This record gives sequence, C-alpha cells and structure tokens, in this order.
Amino acid sequence: MTASIIVEGLEVVFDRFRALKGVSLEVREGESYGLVGESGSGKSTLLRAITGLAPVASGTVTVNGKTLGKTRDKAFYRDVQMVFQDPYGSLHPRQTVDRLLQEPLAVHGIADGERRIERALDEVGLGKGFRFRYAHQLSGGQRQRVAIARALILEPSLLLLDEPTSALDASVQAEVLNLLEEVRRRRKLTFLMVSHDLAIITHMCERLMVMQNGEAVETLSASQLIGHRVSEDYTRNLLRASEGFVRV
Amino acid sequence: MSDMLLEVDDLRVTFPTRTGLVQAVRGVSFSLGRERLGIVGESGSGKSQTGRAIMGLTPPQAEVSAKKLAFDGIDLLSVSPRQRRSLRGNRIAMILQDPKYSLDPVMTIGRQIVETLRTHEKVSKAEARERALAMLQAVQIRDPARVFDLYPHEVSGGMGQRAMIAMMLVTGPELMIADEPTSALDVTVQLDVLKILDKLVAERGMGLIFISHDLRLVSSFCDRVVVMYAGKVVEQIKASELRDAQHPYTRGLLNCMPRIGFERHPLPVLDRKPEWAA
Repeated sequence: MTASIIVEGLEVVFDRFRALKGVSLEVREGESYGLVGESGSGKSTLLRAITGLAPVASGTVTVNGKTLGKTRDKAFYRDVQMVFQDPYGSLHPRQTVDRLLQEPLAVHGIADGERRIERALDEVGLGKGFRFRYAHQLSGGQRQRVAIARALILEPSLLLLDEPTSALDASVQAEVLNLLEEVRRRRKLTFLMVSHDLAIITHMCERLMVMQNGEAVETLSASQLIGHRVSEDYTRNLLRASEGFVRV
Repeated sequence: MSDMLLEVDDLRVTFPTRTGLVQAVRGVSFSLGRERLGIVGESGSGKSQTGRAIMGLTPPQAEVSAKKLAFDGIDLLSVSPRQRRSLRGNRIAMILQDPKYSLDPVMTIGRQIVETLRTHEKVSKAEARERALAMLQAVQIRDPARVFDLYPHEVSGGMGQRAMIAMMLVTGPELMIADEPTSALDVTVQLDVLKILDKLVAERGMGLIFISHDLRLVSSFCDRVVVMYAGKVVEQIKASELRDAQHPYTRGLLNCMPRIGFERHPLPVLDRKPEWAA
C-alpha cells in the first residue's frame, strides 16, 4: 500500500514555544488515521502544519509522493482539504451557500460548477433548497455539512478533519460522523482526523496516535485500544477518563 | 421527602423576539431535596434557562412565570430584588461553563473569592482571606497562597474551574446549580473536577442541579435525571434505571454516542418526532 502522508521529524515553533517536537507519522492511502490528545498536545498544530497554516521549523511533509516545500502549489490545495471545528466560524456570514461553494471552483478554474455544486449538496444530504441560504439560516449540523460539501467539491484525495463534531449536539454528531464515513467509502478518501474523544477516534479510525505536549506518546491500532492493549500510562489514563465518572 | 429545598411547578420562560414570543421553557416541573439532580438536553432544550430562572438571572426582557417557584419555602417570583440578591451567591450558587469567561479577568482569584464572601457575611479582611485560602485548599489546589494572588489568565482551565467552585462554595450555599461545569475541560481534568464537586456536595449535604448535554456523564454523577426536549420535560428517571428509559428521545440520546468497544456502523441517529415537542 502506498503512503498518502509521511511526516518526518516535524517541528513547529511559535516564537520560543515548541508546539511540535519532532513528530513523525505515516498515513496509508485510503486509511483513516486519528490523532488524540488533550488541549495543547499539538494535534491541531500538526494538521495546520501539513496545510501550511503553522510555521514549520524543521522536518518534512510528503503528500502523495511529493515532498512539500515552503510554499505549496495549487495541486496540493486541490488534493488536500480541511474541515474545521467550529461551523459558526468557518463559513462566511455574508455569502450564500452557493457563493461559498463557488469560491473553491473559481480559485481552481473549474468549469462545471453547476453540476458539482448540485452533486456536493446532494452528497452531504442538503437538498437544492439550501443552495441560496446564508449560514445564519442553518443549524450547526447543517453548517458542518456545508463545510464538508465545500471540502468535497474539489474532489480531494485527503481530508484533514479538525474536531469536526465537537461543537455539535450528540445526536447531530452521530449524523455527521455517519456522513463522513459514507463519503469516505464512496470516494475512497484518506482521513486524518483530530479529536479529544477516544470513542470517536476508535469509531472512525483504523489507526491512531496519542499525543501529549507536542510529542507522540504512542501509535496504536483501534483494536489495540479497544482491547486496552496499550503500553503507556498516559493512554491508560485517557482510556479510564473516557469511561466516565465513577464514584469511589 | 421531608425537607424540600426547591419546588418548581409549571415554570415558563418567554422571550419576545421580532417574530413573536418564543417560549424557551414551557411548563417545567420538578422538586429537589438534598440530592443530586441532573438536567439533560441538547442545545435549545431550555435546560440552561431553567437553571437561570431559578437563580434569577433571566435577561430583563424575558418573562418568567410559574405556578410555584419556591426555594426553602421562599417564593422566588414575589421576593424583592434586594432579597433575591441576598440569596444569590449566598444560599443559591451557580457554577458556569467556562472559567475563561466567568471569572473577572482584571481581579486576582483570591480577591474574587473574598469579594463573594464579604458581600454576604460580615467578616474581617484577615478572616476572609483565611477562609478563601481554606476553600482553595478544599478544592485541592496544591499551593493556595500562590494561586490566591494569580489572575485568571495565569491558571489552566481545570484550575480556573476549581477556583470557581471554591468561590461558589465559600458562602456555604444550600443549593448549587452547575451549568455544564466540565464541558470546557479536558477529559482527564474533567474527572478531577467532578470528584472534587462530588466530595464537597456530599460532605456539605447540598442540593445540586447538574445541567449538561452529556446524558452518560450526568447519569454517572446524579441520583435522578430530568430529560428536556424543546422546553419541556419528556422524562424523569432515576439515574440507576436509565437503561430502562421509556421515552424514545432519552433512548436515542443514550444510543447515538460512539462507545469504545461497541462497533456500530453507521451510528443510530435520532428520528425526531414532532409529537415530542407537543
């Protein structure tokens, strides 16, 4: 199997603060890979560094066989798309859904916009009726669907998901997770997904990396985690915490 | 139950909007003794507005009505604002979601705790300081004297939330309303904060209303759970019997979360019925 992303010794430094301290990982093509950790562990920074939104101090990122330089070319931004945590912050408040979906098409000079917009909206379960609405007329779950549609419209091979459901209600979260799984199956996408919730990661991903303080704690398969076959105390703590409150 | 701490009967909270009146809470009734009651619901279910109405923090443009809203025999709807103020923070306290926003950013943590205490009790500055430090110790802050002089931005989320709990408990309230007290915290910190809250509530024999969107968390923490949907109570159930919940909404909420070790693809989703909101 070929690798979709290879990250080697990635360091991200903000002023003097080292947010990522030499992290390496490999995501295979078609795989769904999870990053788990508490706030400040560097999991989101890792995603942002891959897309070029965080300052890389050293290390390399290779996506689909191409090692990325300081600037990324247009093909990269077409092939790799990101969905952010907050559906209230990631959609332009003064643009209709139609306009939001046109934007990436215009940037990349793609002609058959009409067909693509209809297909993308259809795929995320929003009918044509949503096409000329504004973000404020949509619920949180619907907005996240629009954000996913915007990511899919360029037909990427790799989706970076940064806590895509943590701002949503539990029942809406289930719908969005189901949608993500469905589009991955249909389009044979690779996922790199960040979450603080172990249950979501084991549900969505085959392999995962536990992070703490900008470093990798350990890499596990989902079945190892489910079977509690973990070697680090930190992971064990996280597992215990995710089982909920137990009165002593 | 012998001593009813809080009685709520047919509570309604109505907001005027441009498109007419919106009822956020539509006839909620429950009573509370010295026990832990959870209120669970999704965003917009009216759970927070219920808590705020009890606390007397409903925005002025909204209207609160109820057949009965009584705390320890005091009718909360007819008391003077002055009397209400003396209850709030003294006998009824509230913990909010995010310490980043609910603590005063330009006041040290210690001063905020002392302020709460001196508002409600006549104590000397020295004694107030002593009691604030003791309270910080009680919420398991290792070095209370240091944290006393720190500003909220200088502490972590978990520490801030502990300081918030300390501030709310320092006056020795009888009823505590905790509105999503741990939702802004990391999972491991969440458990620490819940442990502290659990211990203090049990030791002091307070009544607790725990408001949260997380049904599983609430059921592991509380004795009884009130499930709200669209401003109404759809089910009241003992936490230990949650597995036998009757209402499809409660069951759906329990069911739709991914769980470690339970492979379900796709996840079951809620099939919302209009009659739930009726």
